[in-house]
Amino acid sequence: MAASCDSLLPLVLLLCLSAQAVDRSNFKTCDQSAFCKRQRELKPGQSPYRALLDTLELSNSRLSLQLINDNNKVRLLLELYRLQGNMTRVKINELKPLKPRYEVPDVLLSDPITEALSVVAQDENSLVVSLGGKDQRLILSAQPFRLDIVEGSQVVMSLNSRGLLAFEHLRTRKDTKSESEQAPGQENVEQQTDEDGQIKEDDDKPGMWEETFKSHTDSKPNGPTSISLDFSLPGVEHVYGIPEHADTLKLKNTDGSDPYRLYNLDVFQYELHNPMALYGAVPVLISHSTDRTMGIFWLNAAETWVDISSNTAGKTMFGKILDFVQVSSEAPQTDVRWMSESGIIDVFIMLGPKPADVFTQYASLTGTQSFPPLSALAYHQCRWNYNDQEDVKTVDQGFDEHDIPYDFIWLDIEHADGKRYFTWDPSKFPQPKEMLQGLMDKRRKLVAIVDPHIKVDSGYKIHNEIRSKNFYVKNKDGGDYEGWCWPGNAGYPDFTNPEMRTWWASQFAYDQYEGSMENQYIWNDMNEPSVFNGPEVTMHKDALHGVWEHRDVHNLYGLYVQKATADGLIQRSEGVQRPFVLTRAFFAGSQRYGAVWTGDNAAEWGHLKISIPMCLSLGLVGISFCGADVGGFFKHPSAELLVRWYQAGAYQPFFRAHAHIDTPRREPWLFGPENTALIREAIRQRYALLPYWYQLFYNAHRTGQPVMRPLWVEYPDDFATFSIEDEYLIGKDLLVHPVTDEGATGVTAYLPGKGEVWYDVHTFQKHDGDQSLYIPVTMSSIPVFQRGGSIICRKDRVRRSSSCMENDPYTLYVALGSQGSAEGELYIDDFHTFSFEEAKQFVHRRLSFSANTLSSRNLAPDSQFSTASWIEKIVIFGGSQPSSATLKSADGTESALEFEFDSTLAVLTLRKPGVNAAADWTIVLR
Amino acid sequence: MTCLHLLLTLVFAVSLGTPVEIQRPRGVPLTKKQFYEESKPFTCLDGSRTIPFDRVNDDYCDCKDGSDEPGTAACPNGSFHCTNAGYRPMFIPSSRINDGICDCCDTTDEYNSGAKCENTCKELGRKEREVLQKMAEITKEGFLLKQQLIEEAKKGQQEKQSKVTDMQENKKQLDEKVEALRTVKETAEQPEKEAKERHLKAWEEQKAAIRLEKDKAKMAETFLELDDNADGFVSVSELQSHAELDPDADGTLTEIEAQGLMGGAEQVDTSTFESVWPKIKDKYHSEVSREEADISCLEPAPVETPPDEVKEPVVDNDSEPYPEDDISEEEDEDDEDEDDYHEDDDKVSAQPTIKTPEKTHEDEEAMPPYDADTQALIDAAQKARDDFEEAEKALREMDDQIRNIEKELSFDFGPDAEFTYLYSQCYELTTSEYIYRLCPFNRVSQKPKYGGSETNLGTWGSWSGPENNKYLLMKYEQGTGCWQGPNRSTTVKLTCGKETVVTSTSEPSRCEYLMEFTTPAVCQEPANIDPSPHDHVEL
Repeated sequence: MAASCDSLLPLVLLLCLSAQAVDRSNFKTCDQSAFCKRQRELKPGQSPYRALLDTLELSNSRLSLQLINDNNKVRLLLELYRLQGNMTRVKINELKPLKPRYEVPDVLLSDPITEALSVVAQDENSLVVSLGGKDQRLILSAQPFRLDIVEGSQVVMSLNSRGLLAFEHLRTRKDTKSESEQAPGQENVEQQTDEDGQIKEDDDKPGMWEETFKSHTDSKPNGPTSISLDFSLPGVEHVYGIPEHADTLKLKNTDGSDPYRLYNLDVFQYELHNPMALYGAVPVLISHSTDRTMGIFWLNAAETWVDISSNTAGKTMFGKILDFVQVSSEAPQTDVRWMSESGIIDVFIMLGPKPADVFTQYASLTGTQSFPPLSALAYHQCRWNYNDQEDVKTVDQGFDEHDIPYDFIWLDIEHADGKRYFTWDPSKFPQPKEMLQGLMDKRRKLVAIVDPHIKVDSGYKIHNEIRSKNFYVKNKDGGDYEGWCWPGNAGYPDFTNPEMRTWWASQFAYDQYEGSMENQYIWNDMNEPSVFNGPEVTMHKDALHGVWEHRDVHNLYGLYVQKATADGLIQRSEGVQRPFVLTRAFFAGSQRYGAVWTGDNAAEWGHLKISIPMCLSLGLVGISFCGADVGGFFKHPSAELLVRWYQAGAYQPFFRAHAHIDTPRREPWLFGPENTALIREAIRQRYALLPYWYQLFYNAHRTGQPVMRPLWVEYPDDFATFSIEDEYLIGKDLLVHPVTDEGATGVTAYLPGKGEVWYDVHTFQKHDGDQSLYIPVTMSSIPVFQRGGSIICRKDRVRRSSSCMENDPYTLYVALGSQGSAEGELYIDDFHTFSFEEAKQFVHRRLSFSANTLSSRNLAPDSQFSTASWIEKIVIFGGSQPSSATLKSADGTESALEFEFDSTLAVLTLRKPGVNAAADWTIVLR
Repeated sequence: MTCLHLLLTLVFAVSLGTPVEIQRPRGVPLTKKQFYEESKPFTCLDGSRTIPFDRVNDDYCDCKDGSDEPGTAACPNGSFHCTNAGYRPMFIPSSRINDGICDCCDTTDEYNSGAKCENTCKELGRKEREVLQKMAEITKEGFLLKQQLIEEAKKGQQEKQSKVTDMQENKKQLDEKVEALRTVKETAEQPEKEAKERHLKAWEEQKAAIRLEKDKAKMAETFLELDDNADGFVSVSELQSHAELDPDADGTLTEIEAQGLMGGAEQVDTSTFESVWPKIKDKYHSEVSREEADISCLEPAPVETPPDEVKEPVVDNDSEPYPEDDISEEEDEDDEDEDDYHEDDDKVSAQPTIKTPEKTHEDEEAMPPYDADTQALIDAAQKARDDFEEAEKALREMDDQIRNIEKELSFDFGPDAEFTYLYSQCYELTTSEYIYRLCPFNRVSQKPKYGGSETNLGTWGSWSGPENNKYLLMKYEQGTGCWQGPNRSTTVKLTCGKETVVTSTSEPSRCEYLMEFTTPAVCQEPANIDPSPHDHVEL
């Protein structure tokens, strides 16, 4: 839920009353953000930076040398690392900053493992460093300074080739007033070296030492600190990532518009197709061409802007050492430029070359998706707000009365006593445990919201403790920072402080959080952080987190909130139970702590449509557990839109319906029996496929491969897939084309893969790959296809919650490829604890079909887990009629299976193999 | 894998309490027992296929209609029957079999899940009987009350009907009377008008004569003033001493100009001066009063303030006869309707009878009183007017009354007019924060308990219950608007009760209120109460 507007807050009300869509004037354009404006004024050209090759230091895994800016003589320190897994890290900081500059902690899993570097060639103006195998080298040119990564004779990426490296060094503020009064004639002198070799500062430009936006003034005690660097990607036309934006999957050229902005903000009623910043930021850009997939991870948590231009002209000159490099001037090229307000340049270049490699590389740096409890992958019913315990009970019963499954019911801010999180409204929720027990009796769960703004109220324990422990963020004058949010005046705990996070986590203990129980999970909203009366509805940049300014840490705040909360949920169960925490704000690494959603969208077809590229973009940069509010948060959806949204949401990773407090009720049964039936069917499809979702999340957790994937990830050579964003893959085996147009009677789906086949999961019809196909649709479902060559496990006995289905049998859907074979996996564990990791208690099996033999073999022989689940049925698409089917069990016994064959659709159904899902077995068709 | 008992011995309790053992597959209701014969192959109940009997309840779904698995969760569309001896039997979806949740009070749905279920049928049965009994009592008494309400409503309706008929008769007469009085009034007003005009004209003439007289006197006076040398003539030079008479306004009155004013003559005598006078009288400043005039010019002109108007009282609110008729902030057009209820004569009497202050010009004397004849005509006309207005007012009042009764009669008060008694009544419920007020067929409102203005939660819209009985729900719509949301509305749910009370209110959705209201008017005729109904549980 939640927006920066509420009728309770006259202040905000005034700002928002007339706003139907986003009030853009509340948020900065690049021009209004002083550093972005300064940086963008710098145009491509010869870089003033020169590498001082005589300062070269080379240890086994680290190369460093100094760079000098010939304009102002300020020296920088460049560090290069070769990282395990085909990555290069480039770090640039001031050689001698006046004080330390912020380096983002806690995002990398650990210090990345380095590999040996060696200089393979050197001359007076350049240096060639081997990046190890595959003929990969890094060429450092001294003047002008630039870096080129080459493979063979191909340049794959260049840094500072457009000369946009810019590093605003720390400086002391000069008394401009008196100086200009005394010597106005001196003002335009660009630089002057005094006798110590020290540099006179550049001219003061507007906004360097103070910046005002609307009524907010940002005192900038440290002056200008921004940084910038450009990257050129020869041969690349498609770049993706850098979420969160309500925009297309393929990033657009920003030449004529604002750059993409990364600055976590609570944007009220956001607009579509806009590079404006939203709630979260992951500074990772993925490039893709038929030749290579790469990634750039710009590790910086300050306000960041990213310019993208794909000009094929304007190639820059190469040093003589590069003469052998072939550069076709016709080749496409994409240039990317990153600009951040503070911190250092710390870039991880992930060299792929395949999409899966980039995901692995990025996962090795920031970790993988947390493995959620199974129930979190089921359906969530949310509303701002379920009014009271009675309401919760009634809605819960409503689901049973209408035979619709759900796992989680959610409580928004109204559940707490006066928005004092960790408490319950005494009149609406007098007996929270009774309510939670009622849900537990139905094997269901609840999520309650806990936001990071803490009501300033001396009668509120949480506030008193935070204040007494001095855990609040400070304002620039050293007092506790206070801002307006839902509870009124609120303080903001300093989540960057590890002690604070430890304390926060301890508050989720059952004896601290009164009324909580083990089936209650948590939702962190407003953690950008949202400050209704702050600049751009967030915290003042000159607020202080210990020694660091909010400016430095802004985009990290939300990650820390979710981390501390997830830690709390783990600790309350003494490390046994997997947590589930939803967050609105996020950063690189947030995937380790739970789920994210796309914030306060609206009940509009455009918002349904954009939910696909928004979640795909997040998946590309590690955050797989993504969803959009089903139905749309603001406004009231038509029945058609709501049904279509359920159908789409059922095939997105995080599946939650949510609604604004001012909208009419929209539980699934309130739109007439027909629509109730349609929504029930959509949710049931989700539940049947939970085994597949669960297996994909296990896979994402282990390997970092996204769950929801753009087509090009699996078909990297098929140019036609590169811009597709109206359909996508779940894993690699299900292709989904949601219906996102009102009144649609058909969609055109692209089925990729030359020589591949796809099966419509609703009709079992077979289609060839590598074609666009018009598929008529009715309201009953959206097109979903299973890839020929895959085996998907489902639980077709859908019950009222996923927990009720834990011991149910599996049905295997075997879709034969054109070669008559298929493969799949089955993963089973206890569905909610860490035992899979800590005690290797799980079942992981490879299912494969070839040469008329289907078998299940153990993929993890050292694991052990016993399940009551068995194999109920096997459905084989694309096969022929056998004369017999024989099941061979692990103990060698053989038995004949009955089967049915539908010759029109070529669907073979094997009746009740009955083997345990964890066992070895083989079925032979003759 | 699963181990299943194909057949179960079920204990079926008939109402006499004699246990009878009847064998049938798990989950099959007695009524369908005949389709499940162990000795024969089983044909799916939809007839789609026939399977060996050992595939019934073998935990694999063979029939499309789910009928082969009445006792397992294998079929997605199956249903399981629990006997629930002591309570009511019911069907549950197959998906609830062995899902770890106790659904059947006889615990039969959880035979293989490990769930610890207790047989609660007896307890539930007892409770249900209690509730049913209580309900039956309420229904019985409520239904009796309802009969009275119907009785009263019918009587009332008849009375009103005949009253309207009477009134319409009376109204006809009144109509005629008004018309007659209008003629009388108009007849009396004509001579009145003529007499008044005559009087006015005579007065105008009289005023003109007086004005002429005054002018002449002033002219003579001026002549004497101008004739400085008192030779009986006003000469050019004498005239020139009055520069204000300068026709071209250049500040000096030249000889030629003065001569021009005097019609070319060098001098004029009193009689010739009569032709000069009109040209100069407007500009001429009397020598005597010249100084005084200069001074008086500096003084502010006296402001005309008709004192009566200031004192005129505005509309007197305190005289409102129905102060409880509330008007909330942003009022709606519907208010008219409400006001119509209470025949408000203040609207009618709004015509002020105060005489408008006569515009009297200082200079001119007041108009002389009418002569006796004229006054007699006026008095006669005034009487005719008063009589007419009185009759017209009476007619309007009667119209209002008729309209009100007709409006009341036009409401849908239920098939037997049993809801009539709710009309023009209000019922309140006080919660921790608000006082809710339901005035059936009128409006619903909410007022903060501790001060603050009232909010309209909707005005009467329509009956909106289900098709088979629309009188179970009332809908009140178009209340005060919500920020970024709809107008407030309220649904009133009516249930049978002995008393007419608002029992609860809630706001399930922002600005959509739900009010529960008990009234005998919805109590159904009590059927012969069956303590153990066989119906599927009402959802």
